[in-house]
Amino acid sequence: MTSDASKKIRAVIVDDEELARQILREYLAPHREVEIVAECANGFEAVKAITELKPELLLLDIQMPKLDGFEVLEVIGNEIAVIFVTAYDSHAIRAFEVHAVDYLLKPIGAERFEAALTRAKDRLSGAKPQAALPASDLAAAARPPAQYLDRIPVRDGTRVFIIPVSKLDYVEAQDDYVALASEGKKHLKQQTIASLEAALDPSRFLRIHRSYIVNLERVTRLEPYGKDSYVAILLNGAQLPVSRAGYSRLRAFLDR
Amino acid sequence: MHPIVSQIRRLALYFAVWIPLVALLAYLMAVTAGMTAREALVLSFPLCLFYACVCLSAWYSCRATPFERSSFSRMAATHLAGALMASVIWIAAAEFLGHALASTGYFPDLAVRLPRTIPLLLGTGVLLYLLSVNFYYVLLAVQASQEAETRVMQASVLAREAELKALKAQVNPHFLFNSLNSISALAGSDPPKAREMCILLGDFLRRTLGLGEKSSISLDEEMSLIRAFLAVEKIRFGSRVNLEEDIDKEAREVQVPPLLLQPLVENAVAHGIANLIEGGRIRLDAHCRDGRLSIVVENPFDPDAPRRRRNGVGLANVRQRLAARYGELSRFEVTQQGDSFRVALALPAQREEATT
Repeated sequence: MTSDASKKIRAVIVDDEELARQILREYLAPHREVEIVAECANGFEAVKAITELKPELLLLDIQMPKLDGFEVLEVIGNEIAVIFVTAYDSHAIRAFEVHAVDYLLKPIGAERFEAALTRAKDRLSGAKPQAALPASDLAAAARPPAQYLDRIPVRDGTRVFIIPVSKLDYVEAQDDYVALASEGKKHLKQQTIASLEAALDPSRFLRIHRSYIVNLERVTRLEPYGKDSYVAILLNGAQLPVSRAGYSRLRAFLDR
Repeated sequence: MHPIVSQIRRLALYFAVWIPLVALLAYLMAVTAGMTAREALVLSFPLCLFYACVCLSAWYSCRATPFERSSFSRMAATHLAGALMASVIWIAAAEFLGHALASTGYFPDLAVRLPRTIPLLLGTGVLLYLLSVNFYYVLLAVQASQEAETRVMQASVLAREAELKALKAQVNPHFLFNSLNSISALAGSDPPKAREMCILLGDFLRRTLGLGEKSSISLDEEMSLIRAFLAVEKIRFGSRVNLEEDIDKEAREVQVPPLLLQPLVENAVAHGIANLIEGGRIRLDAHCRDGRLSIVVENPFDPDAPRRRRNGVGLANVRQRLAARYGELSRFEVTQQGDSFRVALALPAQREEATT
């Protein structure tokens, strides 16, 4: 533990406004134990910096170009202490649902900032908190139920792809990952298929198998395959297995 | 609903109007058909009562052929046919009644004298029916003008409400929070700049407050408000925010509702420029042509940007205010093409004298 105490906390500041970054820098300046390793002005830069530098602390704005703060958290998928910094109080509940350390409202008071930083340090030095649920699962859980995903951010190394759900053909579960098939490519994302299923609009996407979710607009026909099982043929020719439960769900949907 | 039958008092009044007609008809029958006073009265009273009821039906044919929207020939044909039919029914009733009375033995001469009243009954029948038609048309016109008046009143109440709501929603609190945060940042690093931003923000707020009481301002005043707003945003966003204006000299003097364009520019910043890493240029064009003012606000935006909550509130607000104030005379159009977002609006170009 002594080595931990002497080790600096590496922090990344993410905000699209220079002045907003400046004040965070100023508040952090007297804290010699915190080192600012990067400042980012948009979501893409943030993902790149976080995956490359693996900081412990993230000061994160919510509304930014390219990816918003929640989407950044969704793709980085690792343990990090997050302090949200925003002018909007309406995201607070969602922020705590993704286990944010704190939620600071602009304009930020110095005392309030100190309190948040102390909480972050406690979290970082304390016994390893919470089971390591992937951040994307938490983000999915935090989404209000009536609001389904309309785009899915996926990280490949330090790059981020955004897949609009309208271009998603199907989803395949692969161990701890899901493979998202879109426009002839497959993108891997660390998330469980069940949490992704919950975040997708059920009138457009259907779980047809333990390991498959299909975009209903892509299905051209169903063909029997062996004894009481089926395959779904998609517009692009892909063939997906349909389980017995999946078949009755699909039938119920087609009969509507 | 029939305007007379639906209220008992009106119905009573209506029958009261027919009482002098009983006397008149009796007199005319006595003169033209040589009836005794007793014969004429005993006949004319029930006949008038009956015909009063028949004439009530004219309401329905009047409503079916509205005065403003029907041709003269159609109205003439409808109502003459109605008048003839009513008269024929009346004559038949008179025949029936006359014979019934004659058969009682009290009025033995009635059977002979009755046929002589036919031309009279036909004439008065047609005349009375057409008079009722006339009456109903007047009634319909009065009703229509009352309805129009209520509609105008409702519309102006709605317009006022929409404007108040719009003004209340104007100053986006998040704009204030973010600006205060910038000032707080500058207070440490660049106090003179912090002071400058306080003054700019104060200037903008004072202008928006002052506008609440006015119903119209010149486009020039609206533009200086927008410039004050952008001066604040420029400190927040730096070189990312730019405005390019192209405004006719003539257009500058045109009166517009206050804070009509500011929400559009605020939207252009919040949903357009703020989502672009490099920022962009907002274009504002205003031209006067043929007594109309056309304004276009155009800005680049990122079609793949994360969705923001307030999106559309400002736009809906401007659309409502335009519709409430100018109705069909205004136009409001939103187009998205590629990475360009464009709002085009047009309204009657009114000068100061005309509006106040």
